[in-house]
Amino acid sequence: MATNTLPKAGPVTARRTTVFMKLLMALSGALFVFYVLVHMYGNLKIFGGIEPFDEYALHLRTLLTPILPFGGFLWLFRALLVIALVAHAWSAFYLWSRAKGARTTRYVAKEAARVTLRSKTMRWGGVALLAFLVWHLLQFSILKFNVGSGAVNGSEGRLVISSFQVWWVVLIYFIAMVALGMHLWHGVWSASQTLGWAVSPRARARAQATATVVALVVSVGFMLPPLAILFGIVKGN
Amino acid sequence: MTQTVSKPSVQSSTTTVAHDRTEVTDREAEPNAGVVHGLYTDGAAIVDSKAPAGPISEKWTQRKFDAALVNPTNRRKLSVIIVGTGLAGGAAAATLGEAGYHVKSFCYQDSPRRAHSIAAQGGINAAKNYKEDGDSVYRLFYDTVKGGDYRSRETNVYRLAEVSTNIIDQCVAQGVPFAREYGGLLDNRSFGGVQVSRTFYARGQTGQQLLIGAYQALERQIAAKTVEMHPRHEMLEIIVADDGSGPRARGIIARDLVTGEIETHLADAVVLASGGYGNVFYLSTNAMGCNVTASWRAHRKGAHFANPCYTQIHPTCIPVSGDHQSKLTLMSESLRNDGRIWVPKSADDCDKDPREIAEGDRDYYLERLYPSFGNLVPRDIASRQAKNMCDEGRGVGPKVGDFRRGVYLDFAEAIDRLGQAAVAEKYGNLFDMYQRITGENPYEVPMRIYPAVHYTMGGLWVDYDLQSSIPGLFVAGEANFSDHGANRLGASALMQGLADGYFVLPNTIRDYLAKGPFPAIDEQNDAVAAARASVESRVQKFLSINGDRSVDSFHKELGQIVWEYCGMERSEEGLLKAIDLIRSLREEFWRNVRVLGAADTLNQSLEKAGRVADFLELGELMCIDALHRRESCGGHFRTESQTDEGEALRHDDEYAYVAAWEWGGENGTPVLHKEDLTYEFIQLKQRSYK
Amino acid sequence: MNLTLKIWRQTGPSAKGAMHTYPVTDISEDMSFLEMLDVLNEQLNARGDEPIAFDSDCREGICGACGLMISGRAHGPEVTTTCQLHMRSFSDGEEITIEPWRADAFPVIKDLVVDRSSFDRIIQAGGFISANTGAAPEAHSVPVPKPAADRSFMAAACIGCGACVAACPNASAMLFMGAKITHLGELPQGQPERDARVVSMVSTHDHEGFGGCTNVGACSDACPKEIPLDVINQLNKDLRHALTHGH
Repeated sequence: MATNTLPKAGPVTARRTTVFMKLLMALSGALFVFYVLVHMYGNLKIFGGIEPFDEYALHLRTLLTPILPFGGFLWLFRALLVIALVAHAWSAFYLWSRAKGARTTRYVAKEAARVTLRSKTMRWGGVALLAFLVWHLLQFSILKFNVGSGAVNGSEGRLVISSFQVWWVVLIYFIAMVALGMHLWHGVWSASQTLGWAVSPRARARAQATATVVALVVSVGFMLPPLAILFGIVKGN
Repeated sequence: MTQTVSKPSVQSSTTTVAHDRTEVTDREAEPNAGVVHGLYTDGAAIVDSKAPAGPISEKWTQRKFDAALVNPTNRRKLSVIIVGTGLAGGAAAATLGEAGYHVKSFCYQDSPRRAHSIAAQGGINAAKNYKEDGDSVYRLFYDTVKGGDYRSRETNVYRLAEVSTNIIDQCVAQGVPFAREYGGLLDNRSFGGVQVSRTFYARGQTGQQLLIGAYQALERQIAAKTVEMHPRHEMLEIIVADDGSGPRARGIIARDLVTGEIETHLADAVVLASGGYGNVFYLSTNAMGCNVTASWRAHRKGAHFANPCYTQIHPTCIPVSGDHQSKLTLMSESLRNDGRIWVPKSADDCDKDPREIAEGDRDYYLERLYPSFGNLVPRDIASRQAKNMCDEGRGVGPKVGDFRRGVYLDFAEAIDRLGQAAVAEKYGNLFDMYQRITGENPYEVPMRIYPAVHYTMGGLWVDYDLQSSIPGLFVAGEANFSDHGANRLGASALMQGLADGYFVLPNTIRDYLAKGPFPAIDEQNDAVAAARASVESRVQKFLSINGDRSVDSFHKELGQIVWEYCGMERSEEGLLKAIDLIRSLREEFWRNVRVLGAADTLNQSLEKAGRVADFLELGELMCIDALHRRESCGGHFRTESQTDEGEALRHDDEYAYVAAWEWGGENGTPVLHKEDLTYEFIQLKQRSYK
Repeated sequence: MNLTLKIWRQTGPSAKGAMHTYPVTDISEDMSFLEMLDVLNEQLNARGDEPIAFDSDCREGICGACGLMISGRAHGPEVTTTCQLHMRSFSDGEEITIEPWRADAFPVIKDLVVDRSSFDRIIQAGGFISANTGAAPEAHSVPVPKPAADRSFMAAACIGCGACVAACPNASAMLFMGAKITHLGELPQGQPERDARVVSMVSTHDHEGFGGCTNVGACSDACPKEIPLDVINQLNKDLRHALTHGH
């Protein structure tokens, strides 16, 4: 069995490697990190009352007008997010299916080749987040249906307050935010690794710390308004 | 070179071994002293005439100029088989591949990167004189000849020193991460008792780094398709065929260790770079798979085996812990710089906790016997005295068989003097390794050490061109005998491997290849068919004996015999006994070995059986060689040849020659060819360490 | 000590394998793990069973030939190679599961022996510096800063055993490859081929059927030479650089 050089599959280019897939995942993930940070900040406006919140929602739609039509920026951004989402999910699926094919005979010992808790949550946590996203968009963007009893009258702020007065809605959000926190915790660190920003033990520790901070800020920041509404701290009037 | 593969005429008169000096032993008075005579016959002397005349510093340049050139377009039509992928084999395969020859490389390991060169720790010598401390090519040459106890060939050693500087340049260019100083330049250290700092190193893993360099160069040529790589292949026979122009090495028979297939590989020349034979001792610092088979099969086909009794014993290995032991681990000799070696004065104290043995009850025997050098006496003396102490019953550690095989290497005084932190800074990694293997903490309990076989200076005889006595068969690295005489200096093994592989062999083999391509031969050729048939029948023989004992049990027993009688200290009586023991063990092996499994699959017992069968023949030749050399030289103490003070005594008048042994046939006796060593540039001196 | 060993036996590359149970008795804690298997093999040989095939060569932790999955951990419970693992790391009566490295890029040859030639092919793809013998400039002509030389050495300490692949949930060889990329990339001599090297090596790695990296870190934890995760970072960075420079 002489060792021969295998014929190359297709042209040798960086864009056809698993590392490129990781880069794609890291960069699309980075866009989401930026997005959730902004989104979370916007949500906190609810503590200022319904009017500032609605004003903020309106402002998002008037960004860059009149260069863009009303709501144009938001739609552009949404398109970008959809592309990033596809790239993120596709690269995740690609790497997952490769990993499955790379070890078709499993170990007998249960302890073998186990993933860490953080990374284990990435795949199924990611799928859960995707499901939540659908619910979330239906609830607040597309259908804008009100599961609560409060009057909405076309106001985003009122819809939010009415919705989060329902305990199970808050529970869904709570679970989703835990999933998001876990996802960010591994994701941010992993992205810094993939982007080559953690080449030394110190840089790696920094990346770990950043990941923890981002994960905590985002998940706690997102949970504050629903909890405040549920417990009546924010009433909206 | 005068020798051909045909058996030379055996001289009618059998040899007379000189028995006329030192004290007369009882044995000599007995009539059976004549047994020695029946063990070998004398053959014609050999003269190596390949080295050109002229000043020693010009010889290599002249030889390179004289060697014929091969047109670049003809090179791919010339094929070379290289067995072994260590420093010598890997470097040679890469270099010949780069030059454009068609190379076929073989190794028994699963990857060429695993050859045992990888385990060398200390460093590699080169006469760069970067420290401006008086080093030079000439001094490295001088130190190597002196270190080899004046039993190596001057011309070869000078060339080794000469190309040593190129090796460092080449390795740096390949990306070998040598240790560096803060200024970015290469660091050097002094090593093995020499007074200049000429050793380049990469922490304690120099062998690994150099081998990876050669391996990468080799892989590059595999990708370029100049080298065809055959890992997990073991060479089991050499093909010496006569294509009309006289017998020459034309190929090998190899076994694919995965499928068991016996394959024929033909070429214009064959290079053996298959390493040393230290595993004849069973326990050694060699890798489990290191073997003499390639060399031994070549020896049986006409290649002379030179100085087989020259082996190097390293004093600071971790002792054997029980019968299960499969290999020995070396620790750097630098430990002796700060550790003090002792055994209890009384054998009754040997099983006590060493910390409870009072200072006055300890025997710091090296300091006692060699007050000026103390614990820093050369390797061979430190090793021999350790064995003497254990033979006296004063060894320490667990009993293996009837003896405790170990002496203490105590750092208590060094820790007191320098502090534990300083000791850890210097030796921390070695202490950790010791603790991992023994389970004892050397900061608290003295280390135990014992000598172990480390390197074999003997090997196939080669001329200045590294060509053996079979035309077309070249031998490089530890597998040949040429550069280290009776003892090898520290950090010189890596140097020789790479010198042979990168610079010497590629230049000399072209002189031979320029005469080719040789007439094509095929598998129907008588010599090819016979070689193949002999391999196949041997494999079948192993599998059909179906006796009671495992291969390993024979190997262990052989190792004990060779270690006891042909190790650090040899005597006529012991060697004669050893020869008898080996012969009866060999007879039993072929009658009673048990090799299970099949021939057409991966079968590690079968692999070992072939190796041990060859060791059983080599062991006898080692003893015969040791027996005929009635002098103490290098690491070998011959009890019949000692000074009044009990120190080694060399006899330059009678033994300043290379003993090149020719295979004497299955039932014949080996034939001794002497190559006289003439020292034109260096004056012979007797060592003294008192 | 007495132990129960559950060992993967497989007669050939295409044969179906299974776990077999072997009790071993009177094991000394001073034995290495492989010596314990030697003892078992002697017993098997004595009773007419074919010994268990496993790779090992130097038995001093440097050649990289040995490698077993021991109760689910590559090279067993200590950070070392299988040959340097000693029986004192186990307790009397313990049940030990012994499996070969599992990865489709490392097919099983027999019992515990796997084919790691895919590693050699990754090196063939660019894990070298193209410097023909004789073409080298004087060694001191290019100084190398000590930190770079040290980092290069740290990465070059890889022994190619395959534990990183065995331990990785994705069966990825990124640590092995990252070590080579870092070893050569830290040195001035490694610069001319740096971009091409990383792209070619990663392509071959993927083509050989190894999984992609998901930054789990199990590889580095299992590495007997303690090669840090940094080297994968370096690889990613080098690939990104190559990507933006036309590769």
